[in-house]
Amino acid sequence: MSQLSSRHLLGIKDITAEDIQLIFETADNFKEVLNRPIKKVPSLRDITIANIFFENSTRTKLSFELAEKRLSADVVNFSSSNSSVKKGETLIDTVNNILSMKVDMVVMRHSSPGAPHFLSRNIKANIVNAGDGTHEHPTQALLDAFSIREKLGDVAGKKVAIIGDILHSRVALSNIFCLQKLGAEVMVCGPITLLPKHITSLGVKVEYDIQKALEWCDVANILRIQLERQQIKYFPSLREYSLFYGVNKKMLDRLDKEIVIMHPGPINRGVELNSDVADSEHSIILNQVENGVAIRMAVLYLLAGVR
Amino acid sequence: MQKRLVLDQQQIAIILKRFCHQLIENHDDFENTVFLGLQPRGPIVLDKIVSTIQEISGQKVPYGYLDATFHRDDFRRRDLPLKANETKVNFLIEGKKVILIDDVLYKGRSVRAALDAMIAFGRPQKVELMVLIDRKYTRDYPIMPDYHGLKVNTLESQYVSVEWAENGFEKDAIWITEKA
Repeated sequence: MSQLSSRHLLGIKDITAEDIQLIFETADNFKEVLNRPIKKVPSLRDITIANIFFENSTRTKLSFELAEKRLSADVVNFSSSNSSVKKGETLIDTVNNILSMKVDMVVMRHSSPGAPHFLSRNIKANIVNAGDGTHEHPTQALLDAFSIREKLGDVAGKKVAIIGDILHSRVALSNIFCLQKLGAEVMVCGPITLLPKHITSLGVKVEYDIQKALEWCDVANILRIQLERQQIKYFPSLREYSLFYGVNKKMLDRLDKEIVIMHPGPINRGVELNSDVADSEHSIILNQVENGVAIRMAVLYLLAGVR
Repeated sequence: MQKRLVLDQQQIAIILKRFCHQLIENHDDFENTVFLGLQPRGPIVLDKIVSTIQEISGQKVPYGYLDATFHRDDFRRRDLPLKANETKVNFLIEGKKVILIDDVLYKGRSVRAALDAMIAFGRPQKVELMVLIDRKYTRDYPIMPDYHGLKVNTLESQYVSVEWAENGFEKDAIWITEKA
């Protein structure tokens, strides 16, 4: 198979394990391209892509833009802070206006869960979800699983613990779907207030003791505490969170095995992750960033190829 | 399905040996020459050429596999996108003489894409094209091989299938087959 089953990437829930494997195999090829002296291919030279970010983003936006430029696409950027959205324009009007300018693909981040799904039903362009509220962040999950595959050879059969603020994390949900589709076992770990009530219905293990989670897993994906999404206090203080759920080198030294440490960034150093772990040989955080460009190139290339 | 044998195992072996002698004659000690096999079917011909050169002259030549999928001009113009293959080029071709190897030359579009893809690794001094089969009068681009095994007359309704024993076929053979 050389074609995705969908013309949009709205979430990992909507795609198949075969789609994920195809994205990985294509990303392998793009990773090689990114290590050439000239890191550019002409595949999308007749495609225009709009990056529409209604929420702040640094690395995802940069990573998408770099991926688009490496594929020779024309790129237009739009962020809500300096747009007509502030003047009361609806989402569909904003996007239709952009599409009238002959845009072929839309990469969108929005604070409302389901916003890209709504768009996909109403406009013709291919839609890539770059994060919709607390719902999904599919390209992050793909690059996380791709990085595990690169480090450990395969995702199937591996034990992955997702640690931290699961309740507000779109990365967690997409990761759970992606890892399970690839045959990994998933555990979530965090304070009870930051774990969704019915999380076990997704078929994941739940653990409240972080040391036990680290002992169980092959890979620990440590998530950021999303203070900007927390309307109420879910734990007494950052210091207390750090004392109970911050990962440091001493905790890793107590394990009788080596585990892989991941983080989707940006890291709150000293809160969920100490520098002695983030910068250690256990960490593949910077590999995740590098792989992000290759994964996004693969997604854009494959979606552009769907007729 | 009609099938006509155009080259058998012995004839292919003779052609490959001839290619190697021509290359040795033209490139002397291969000091400034590199070899690229065009994916997906060029590498198998390349591997045979490289090992035969080593047998004849004892020289090890630098070689790599080049995939031109991302440089093709038919992306979004065919029903299914082509699946990319591995590119494995661990050297720069800046200032080098490049021997580009494929099994069959047909429209010339793959070779055009390969010439484009190759530039990512530097500006070659010269590029030579080597193919086992040259399908006459079918070219879309002005591309001609420098080394060819056999020129054949074919129709649009036919394709050339190259079978290798290492790919599970009984013997090496090249056929002209009617498309189903």
